This record gives sequence, structure tokens and C-alpha cells, in this order.
Amino acid sequence: MSTALDFDVIVVGGGHAGCEAASAAARMGARTALITHKIETIGEMSCNPAIGGLGKGHLVREIDALDGLMARVADQAGIQFRMLNRSKGPAVWGPRAQIDRKLYREAMQKEILNHDNLDVIADGVEDVLVKNGIVAGVIGESGSTYKSDAVVITTGTFLKGIIHRGAERIPAGRVGEKPAIGLAERLYALDLPIGRLKTGTPARLNGNTIDWDRLEMQPADDVPIPFSFANSQIHVPQIACGITYTNPEAHAIIAENINQSAVYSGAIAGRGPRYCPSIEDKIHRFADKTRHQIFLEPEGLEDDTVYPNGISTSLPRDVQDAFVRKIEGLENVEILEYGYAIEYDYVDPRALDFGLQVKVLPGLFLAGQINGTTGYEEAGAQGLVAGLNAVRFTRGEDNATFDRGEAYIGVLIDDLITRGVTEPYRMFTSRAEYRLSLRSDNADQRLTPRGIELGLVGPGRAEMFHVKHSELETGRTLMQTATLTPNEAQKRGWKVNQDGQRRSAWDYLAYPTISMTDIESAFPEIAALSGSIKAQLEIEAMYAGYIERQKEDVAALRREEALKLPADLDYAAVGGLTNEVRAKLEQIQPATLGQAGRIEGMTPGALTALLAFVRRRPDRKRVAND
Amino acid sequence: MALRQDTICALATGQPPAAIATLRISGPSTSQIIEKRLSIKSLTPRRATLVDLRDAAGALIDSGLAIYMPGPNSYTGEDTLELSLHGGRMITELALQSIMAAGARLADPGEFTRRAFEAGKMDLTRAEAVADLIDAESEAQLGQALKQMDGALEDLYSRWRGQLTDCLALLEASIDFPDEEDAPDRVDGPVSDRLEALVADLNHALAEGNITERIRDGFKIAILGKPNAGKSTLLNQLSKRDAAIVTDIPGTTRDIVEVRLVMGGYLVWLSDTAGLRETTDRVEAEGVRRAEKAAAESDLRIWLYDARDSFDVAQVKPGDLIVANKSDLVARLDVSRETMVISAKDGEGVAQVEQAIVSRLKGMTQGLTAPMITRARHRQGIERARQHLDRAREHMAQGAGAEFTAEEVRLASRELGTLTGHVDPEMVLGAVFSSFCIGK
Repeated sequence: MSTALDFDVIVVGGGHAGCEAASAAARMGARTALITHKIETIGEMSCNPAIGGLGKGHLVREIDALDGLMARVADQAGIQFRMLNRSKGPAVWGPRAQIDRKLYREAMQKEILNHDNLDVIADGVEDVLVKNGIVAGVIGESGSTYKSDAVVITTGTFLKGIIHRGAERIPAGRVGEKPAIGLAERLYALDLPIGRLKTGTPARLNGNTIDWDRLEMQPADDVPIPFSFANSQIHVPQIACGITYTNPEAHAIIAENINQSAVYSGAIAGRGPRYCPSIEDKIHRFADKTRHQIFLEPEGLEDDTVYPNGISTSLPRDVQDAFVRKIEGLENVEILEYGYAIEYDYVDPRALDFGLQVKVLPGLFLAGQINGTTGYEEAGAQGLVAGLNAVRFTRGEDNATFDRGEAYIGVLIDDLITRGVTEPYRMFTSRAEYRLSLRSDNADQRLTPRGIELGLVGPGRAEMFHVKHSELETGRTLMQTATLTPNEAQKRGWKVNQDGQRRSAWDYLAYPTISMTDIESAFPEIAALSGSIKAQLEIEAMYAGYIERQKEDVAALRREEALKLPADLDYAAVGGLTNEVRAKLEQIQPATLGQAGRIEGMTPGALTALLAFVRRRPDRKRVAND
Repeated sequence: MALRQDTICALATGQPPAAIATLRISGPSTSQIIEKRLSIKSLTPRRATLVDLRDAAGALIDSGLAIYMPGPNSYTGEDTLELSLHGGRMITELALQSIMAAGARLADPGEFTRRAFEAGKMDLTRAEAVADLIDAESEAQLGQALKQMDGALEDLYSRWRGQLTDCLALLEASIDFPDEEDAPDRVDGPVSDRLEALVADLNHALAEGNITERIRDGFKIAILGKPNAGKSTLLNQLSKRDAAIVTDIPGTTRDIVEVRLVMGGYLVWLSDTAGLRETTDRVEAEGVRRAEKAAAESDLRIWLYDARDSFDVAQVKPGDLIVANKSDLVARLDVSRETMVISAKDGEGVAQVEQAIVSRLKGMTQGLTAPMITRARHRQGIERARQHLDRAREHMAQGAGAEFTAEEVRLASRELGTLTGHVDPEMVLGAVFSSFCIGK
């Protein structure tokens, strides 16, 4: 078969980045194709069957606020919803759910296969077509040519992926899948900066062979809170996860055999994530600890497979059997699939622009693990950004970007393209400078209007947003106009300054000792607001002082972001830059002075020099143009 | 098209005439200037070479020593030439003209140091120290600037920020890894202990900072007393000039007369004030008000009274000096032991007053332990950091979420960071991962 097929945007890969990229492009009205080896594996969770967590949950909410898929699909597949960090404030609550892998895959495939403007094609991709230095489509393994104006590649760990387990070496993307050789060669031929990373996965256990009765169990929240702003409740049955611990006996086996671990035998060059070390690493680096926690996470309601979170390993099979069976509750466990480490190439994301477009090949976009990130949420967020900007590219429009002051997505993209990665990049709330403003509860308020403007958000979601937005506005007005004198407040038992100053419900709510329930009892008109609106207002009042301050900081950030650095800036001409700083600037080509400031190793002095140079430059340009 | 940064030149030594005048040239055109004006293809780097400096027409201006330091291994990080000539007015003038005609411009004040800062040769605290070093008039100022130049302040701020990073690591670990057994869920104890210790450090440095700032900017010393006690005469004696008008009319001094001088190695601002008395004269009353304000703001007060009168010690604060004047007009004096007796008019005892002042200043500056906070910018930065830490501790005391405490600690760290450089979130994550076994 050798037919020519014509699209605006082609997305290669059906993982989490690919699905969000394809859906985003299609939502914007572009004729989109998603090309993947196997349609059955679209939406597969290849590693830990969970969505969300700290920082990651924020990304899921933001994808949802832009009408993406991940949150809605997770709400149909979550079997243990937990809001992490409930003991702290809502800014750092992390929505997380254990996922039924099959339910997730099915729900995602249903979305993708029934999507307007989206064709799903089962084919491998051998090469990218380039015409006049611009991407023109892809060539399939089938021999078919698929034409398009932009291509988004989301092929995960397929670049020179090698699985390590003891002395075993299997070239692969994931177990049972073949690496994409032809496409890889095309990417290598572009001479992009390439790095090598590793990550690991634990053995999968047969849940029927686990002695659950002896284990501590961690239940789901009583009332699961959905990821999506579009859902008010969860209908999937909820389960509990088990908790067990490694022990000195298991540690001894691992320590004895550590030289057989692929990581410790020196076979692996790539760098692994510090936040997700293998059990070998944990025992080696934290030798004084006598136990490490393991979460036993069922992979589905009707699936006996259990994911033992916390013991990823590349030890040989027999050693895995031996140490796992020393663990309480796992004495008779059957391993269904052994753990392994995977090492793979990634493209240094500093070769990409804010739209995740490869700077040296217009029309080619990269998203997901190929850019050195880890996690479904990070992949999905990048997919959305790449899909969005691939469409804008085909329309001759500039990149649409999110900045660090408005979204975790902005933090993610900016970190990647400005600082690159030295380990698989994962989101944390501590990466977001404006954490108290960028909350998971207000992702829709922050981003849905942008999504509407960009054409990412469908009419249903837009309508829902407008209703909520106007209810919130009404609520805020009520909170500001409903007032009490300190005397009246005191009569209600509130501890406030008796300064004669009449204060609004909003002011009173900012007192740590006064709750929304107190406010409701004083003001029936506020009590009449809907529960979700009241909850939102309570959070806003709680952080009000900090949100105001962060607004000023964000304004300062945006002033720096407004100082554009031209792409053709001759850094050799800027006096006072060290060779090291100049080389970095030339490599990264920061789009703004703000971005330049976030480059690793940048000194305040170098920034001052850059600022002075750019300030002088427009005059010269004018002269040069005359 | 972008242009290269221009080349600057300046006379680096004092105003001619002098035995030697050194001109400094820095920038990309330096080697071109060497070729054009010294008629030498290239100079051996960092070696003194005897050269002839010529003007554009080729006429000899002077012979001198040239030292060429190619960038980046120079003070500014750029190609630099130092040219030592005979220090005549005409020679330096012609030399600068010749160099400028060959492609340089006159440097702005501080521009060489600014270029050094921009090239990453020094951080802000060191750049400030260079300015202080050059401006130093007193030994104490010089010693302070040298220490700062050596990075004492930078080290101190880095140490404080390191401590804040440790606190943040604890807080962030509890926020970002709530499900981890190893990451502490309750971090209040260790964080609050660390914050308490750090706040004490900041307060200590702020307290001493008042003194070190004085070393840099000058100590304020006020001469106070009733009208016609001889305050203006004492000021003139101490400063060895006729700064204040002296008459025998009580209330001659209406406004503050301030004199800047170096005493025993310290820079001081000595003020003569209006005599303190009840008055209906509006101008004089304003003078009295100003005198009282100066007294309150001074680091040291000298109470002067006419030996023929009595002196009311109620107004004296510990550390103040009490001086009885006009000893020439009384036969016998009955004064307390701390009281010095002088005749300002004759200069009798003035040297002892000066000694007493210097010994007081020495007492204030002895035993300083924190590095020197010499500028208002630093004091304000540290004060703001301290305020954030106070609020962080309040949040902890009230049991607010860790994100509130973390926010204040982050803001404190940023305040300190602005004194030297940046705050880097990766620093905090690095501290988290090296302290806790994370990996659910």
C-alpha cells in the first residue's frame, strides 16, 4: 500500500504525550493523525499505575483546565483516590489516584478513537519527511507516505533503549516492544544534543500470593475528589493499598549481590532519578536505614497484578525472588514479571523552543520522555503544549506559551528548555516559585480563559467555566460587601481588634481563628452560596496576603519576560561575558531576559551586561534599517 | 548589526602633577591602540615594557612603562593596558587625547569595576568593597573594606543562605514527599530551632552593623550644652579650624554646624549645636529642637558646661562625656571624677577630650565578631530577611501549613540572595535528596 495521506499535524506515538498532543491539535480544528505501532496500547501505563501526586496533580488539573484528556480519563479509572497533604494548606494538596490500567486504557482509547478531526493509524514511523528545511510529513514502515505541515514525536524511551536485568541486555522500549530504529537515525542525523538517562521498575507480583491479612492497609479517601473540574463525583469502586517494609535480611541479600545489579556493575552510564532510586541505591546510599517502605498497589479491580512501589531493581531474577520473599507478607509471593532498569537516549530539551519545537528543524516537535522527563503527567502536559504549537506553526502563528507565573505547565517547559535535565525530570511543588497562587483548586480560573482564547477548550467546558466564574464573582462581591463592626464580631465570639473598624466577611475570613462556618452563621446570603464556591473563596481568603505579593512578583517577572532577546543576537558582541556563559547563551538562545536569568551558571553581572546591551540595541537597529 | 562594547580609558592615579601617572585602558580596541600609539605589534602579557607613546601625527608624547593584560585574565576581564608615564599635566592630557583618538572613550566613574562585575570577576559585595577601598580615609574604613574585598560578607551571606536552604529542604521534603516514610512529616522542631538560631545571628549582625556602618560613614558626635558654654570654641579646637562662629553672645549658634574629620583613625562627624534653653525666639527654638534631635541620633554626646555653673547629670546617658569649660575663669573646681576640665579658648585639655573620644570609639568597635555590614542596602536586606523569618516562626507557632513557613523562608533567602546573587530551587531539591531517602 502506498497511498498519500494529507494532514495538518501528525503525532507519532500513542502514549500520554501523544494522546494529549493529538487531542489538543484536533480540538483546535486541525486535521490530525495519530500514528502508533499498536492501537491496543494507546493510553497504556507502562510503569506505576497511578496518576497525580504533588506537583503532578497540579499538572493534571491544568491539562483539564485546557480541556485535555488525562483528568477525565483518570476519573473513569481511579480505584484509590487520595488527596495528599491534607494536613497542610490547599496550595500543596496533591490529588492522586491509583489507576486500574485496563479501565484507563479503555477510556483513553474511547476518547482518541472517537475524537473529531483525529485519524488513528496503526503503523510504525520510519522517517520524517523534510522539504526545503521544513518538516513535510512522515514515512511509515508500511511504505505509506503521510504528509503534514507539522510532526510531533512522542516516542518515549525508544531511542537506543536497553533493558538491564543482572547480566541480561534486551534492546527495547518497554518489555515486549521493539525500538524505533529508523526514526531514531533521523533524529541522530539532525545532530541534536543527546544525553543518556536511566530509570527502573520493580517486579510485578501476583496479588493472590500476597498475605494481605498481615499487612497494614491504606484506604482511599472517604469522599474521593475527582481530577476533572467537569466531574463532581467518582463512580469507580475504591480499594485499599497494602504497606510493607524491607528488612535487614532482605538488605543483606541485596548487598551481597549488589555487583550483579546492572547499575552497580558499571553497565549503565545514564543517570537515574534521585527521587526514585532503585532498592540497591537506597541500601547503598542510606546504609544506616534498617527498612524501606513499600506500597503494594493493585493494578486493577479485576487484575491480580500488584505493583510493589519502592523496590525498583535491576538485580538478576534469582536475587529478586530471594530478597522479595524475605519481606513481610511476600514470603510466598510469585513474581509475574521481573524488575529491570532501562537506559535510553533523550534529546537535550535546550534544543527546543517554548513551543517544544526543534530549533534546527521547523515543524518538528518533541514531547514527553524523549525530552528527558519522567511521568505521565509531565508527558501529557508537554504533549498538550506541542500539539497546540504544532497547530499554531501550521497557521503561521507564534508560539503560545504559559509562563511561570500562571501555570505549572509553564514551570515545566521553562525548566526543560532553559536548564535542561541531569536526571529524569519530575515536577515538584517546590519548583514553582508562585506555589501559593498556582494551586490545583484554581487551575480552571487560571487557565481556562487562555484555553478558550487559544481554541483548545470546547463549548461545553467554556460554558461550565463561565457559570462558575460568575458565581465566584458574585461570591467575592458578597464577601466584600457583607460587613460587621468589631463589636458585632465580638458578640459572635470572634477574637478581633476592638478598633471600631468595620470589616468585611473577606477580612474576617483571613483571621486564622475564623472559619467559613463562622462567616456563614453571620451572613445568611453567603451561606446560600454553593459549597464549591464557598470552598474556593475560603482558600482565596486564606492566601490573600501572599497572593497579592506574588502578583507583584509575577508582574516583575513579566517585565523581564517582556525584554525580548532576538534569536540572531550576537553574544560574542556583548562585552563582559565569560566564555562559559556565552556558550550557554548561544546554545539555549533565550527568548527573553527573564529566561536568560534562569540559565544555570548565569551571574548577576552577566545579566546586567546583557540588559545594557539589549537596551542599547534598538537604537542601532533603527540606524541600521534607515 | 550589533557593535562590540567600546574601549574605555582613564587616569588611574591622582590628579597631576605627580611623579608618575598611570593610565588604564580596557576593552576590545586595546591591542589596536597599542599598535597605533606605541608602534609595537604586540606586548608580552603581564611584563613591564619600556615604550614610546606618540600622538596621531607620530610625535613623541612621553616614554614610559606599559603592562599588557589580555582578557579574560585581567581586572575587568577584558584586554587591558596600564601605561605609566611621567605625571605632568600636559603629558597626561596629551596621552589621554591620543589614546581617545585611537579608539577609546573616557571611562565613567567606577566603570572599570562595573565591567569587572559584569564579567563575573566579583560579586556585588566585593565590587562595593572596591569602591570603599578607594574612598577609605581612615584606617578603620580601610581594614573593613579589605575584609569585604576578601569575601567576608559574601561568605557570611552564603552561610546564612545555606542554613535557610537546609530549613527549606526539611519543609519541602515534608510538602513534596508526604507519602515517604523517610521524609519527615513533622519538621517543626528542627526547623524552628534552626530559624531561632539564625534570627539570633541576624540580630547580632544588625546590632554590630550599626557600628560597622559608622566606621564606613563616620561616627556622629554632638557637642551639647547651655548657650555660651563654649561649644563652638571646642568644635573649632577639635577640628583645628574656624568652622563655627564664636561670639560671647549666648545663642549665637542657631543651626547645626557639622565638621568632618579623622580622629585616631576613625572618620567622625562632629556637630556643634544650638545651646539648650527655653526660648521664645522661633529661630532659636527650632535650633534647640534640632540640637535635641542631633543628640538623640548621635553615637557619642559631649556635654559641655561653664565651670562657673552647676551641671545637671539627669540628661547624661551612659558613655557620654562630661566636660567643664572655662577653667581659666575659676580658681578652684569641684567636679566629679569623670568630668574633664578644659579651657577651650586656650586649648587647655582639648587633647584629653580628643583622647577620650577616641577611646570611646575604640570601645565601640572592639570585639566586633560578625563581618561588617557596611551599607544601608545590606542592613535593609538583612532586616527584611529577619522580618520574613519572624513571620515564618509565627506561622509555625500558630500551626499554619508548612507552605506558609516555606514561603517566608524562601522570601528571606531571596532577600539575602539579592545581596550577592540568585536563589536556585535546584539547590533546595539537591539538599532534599542528599538528606532523605526518597523513592516510594
